[in-house]
Amino acid sequence: MTAIDTLFEKLRASGKKALMPFITAGDPNMDFTAKVLKRLQELGCSMAEVGIPYSDPIADGPVIQASYTRALTNKIKLHQIFDRIEQDRNTLTMPLVSMVSYAIIHRQGPEAFVESAKQAGFSGAIVPDLLVEESTALSKVCRERDFNLIQLVTPTTPPERALRIAQESSGFLYFVSVTGITGERTQLPEGLVDRVGWLKSRTDLPICIGFGISKPEHVRLLAPVCDGLIVGSAIVRCLEGANRSEDEAIASASTLVKSLLEALG
Amino acid sequence: MSTIESPDVRAASSATPSVPDASGRFGVFGGRFVPETLTRALEELTQEYAKAKSDPDFQAELDELLHRFVGRPSPLYHAKRFSQQLGGAQIWLKREDLNHTGAHKINNTLGQALLTLRMKKTRVIAETGAGQHGVASATACAHFGLPCVVYMGAEDVRRQKPNVFSMRLMGAEVRPVESGSKTLRDAVNEAMRDWMSSVEHTHYIIGSVIGPHPFPMMVRDFQSVIGKECREQCLTSIGRLPDTIVACVGGGSNAAGMFYPFVADKGVRLIGVEAGGRGGTPGDHASPLTFGAPGVLHGSYSYVMQDDDGQTSDVHSISAGLDYPGVGPEHSYWKDAHRVEYTSCRDDEALGAFDFLAKNEGILTALETCHAVAKAAEIAKTMSPDQHLVICLSGRGDKDAAELARLRGQEW
Repeated sequence: MTAIDTLFEKLRASGKKALMPFITAGDPNMDFTAKVLKRLQELGCSMAEVGIPYSDPIADGPVIQASYTRALTNKIKLHQIFDRIEQDRNTLTMPLVSMVSYAIIHRQGPEAFVESAKQAGFSGAIVPDLLVEESTALSKVCRERDFNLIQLVTPTTPPERALRIAQESSGFLYFVSVTGITGERTQLPEGLVDRVGWLKSRTDLPICIGFGISKPEHVRLLAPVCDGLIVGSAIVRCLEGANRSEDEAIASASTLVKSLLEALG
Repeated sequence: MSTIESPDVRAASSATPSVPDASGRFGVFGGRFVPETLTRALEELTQEYAKAKSDPDFQAELDELLHRFVGRPSPLYHAKRFSQQLGGAQIWLKREDLNHTGAHKINNTLGQALLTLRMKKTRVIAETGAGQHGVASATACAHFGLPCVVYMGAEDVRRQKPNVFSMRLMGAEVRPVESGSKTLRDAVNEAMRDWMSSVEHTHYIIGSVIGPHPFPMMVRDFQSVIGKECREQCLTSIGRLPDTIVACVGGGSNAAGMFYPFVADKGVRLIGVEAGGRGGTPGDHASPLTFGAPGVLHGSYSYVMQDDDGQTSDVHSISAGLDYPGVGPEHSYWKDAHRVEYTSCRDDEALGAFDFLAKNEGILTALETCHAVAKAAEIAKTMSPDQHLVICLSGRGDKDAAELARLRGQEW
């Protein structure tokens, strides 16, 4: 059982849902990232997703792309991310999941990556460019080390394939709300609630919805059909100004997160 | 050249033309490393391409287009003056530069445009480096009446202006990409992002043997017309297969199309030439097969230029078409199987080859292709006059005239 498994067991027992903010590691530096994570925990977020900056992120929209570019321009390295997160292991008690390109995992080697991620305090990884067909090796390494490999289902995934992905996923299933890249949307696609509901009735795995979610009304609409909601670009955009004033940036992100938590109930 | 293999090593090569397997693997290379969103479209494309490949009507329509619209077969030209000047092997030029739109790229875009129609998709996107694939995509789309958006790095928009203008003349929308190094790699990223949102009605015509399965296989197949023709032309003109074939490699589509029909002919030495840029220091070249290591980029597992974290490195080449940190997975397979030798050629050597071929043969050659010409000239000198060397003359150099003038401080 990972910390993520325990979290969802607890949430389900109490009828609650998770809010999972996404932030980019090292944008603009790891001290700031650590500070934001602490604040998110204080506010009552159940867990957080930490984006490992990548040079060629094809699933990401302009906001997250730009944050990756800022972090990489500041020469953030993987070991610095892991070291800094590990420093706060005792105070940062909410589960952390990394969002990381397979290019990075492959370069370290799956074993080495999972071991250092776990050592740092991560409970799992979302690998947006690793299809279920290509995930056998990493999946095995993760299982052996009690580390979650969170797989994604999208609106273009046929139903039987979605079931297969759910079977292979651990921790939770990442349900991508839109056919497209990350980024805030005013409107979420029609039929989303039904599609999530269909899958939910066929798997015991917790389902979290991400991509495009940025407003309390999105949260109110989707929370009843899933186990958690992931909010990325909207938060990263609040934090963008961190080079000017860290406190202002964190305050702005906090206001957004509070409103989303309120909507979650 | 550090990678010269003896004929014995080549003869023992395990490389086979029967790749990739069903999962798109060329040995260990290739595969599909993309977001789940694209899977259904890639599956659909794989199936539609398999159907088309065994459909005589599809093949006949493509052949007809290649013949009457593109002007194929392209000549295999004996460059006698060039050969004499070097005093070595007889040099033959496979004149892909004489195709409609001035390069080999059109062989692939017509094939993929036909597939777009078969899949009932209504819009095309493409990436381009030197602009040759962009022009070839714009051409195919104009021919079939499909709307076309071409992503091109802002730096490449600057250095390949004539092609940008041509694309627009044919009704394509050219979108300059301002992110990253503003070159081919960033253009691929942007095209992939567009496809993530538009995948249900849009086909992405990838211009090289890169990307997720089935692109590396399909683009190779469409480009194999080069090698098939060349093989027959050699048998007719020389009376036997050539001793050596040289082609430039960026993503590697002209080389793949030229080499593939010769893979089983172990007596034929195949040489791929990467962009050596300013030299061997990281960041100064674009030679992943020479200096890189296996990794993941743009949907497939292949040799790539990366740092220790797996971040793609910045690369450099004087030619926009070779200015790319990755390479097609089949080239990685051929390299590791010792079937194809890979080497690299510096910017200044390529520029020298441009002048040499212009003044001695009356051919203006694309800067990308000049990399192959420069290395071929070196190799030809070590061969005897009764031996034969073929260069894949993949593109013409008109597009580079303005950039050459700028580099040399001359008026254009």
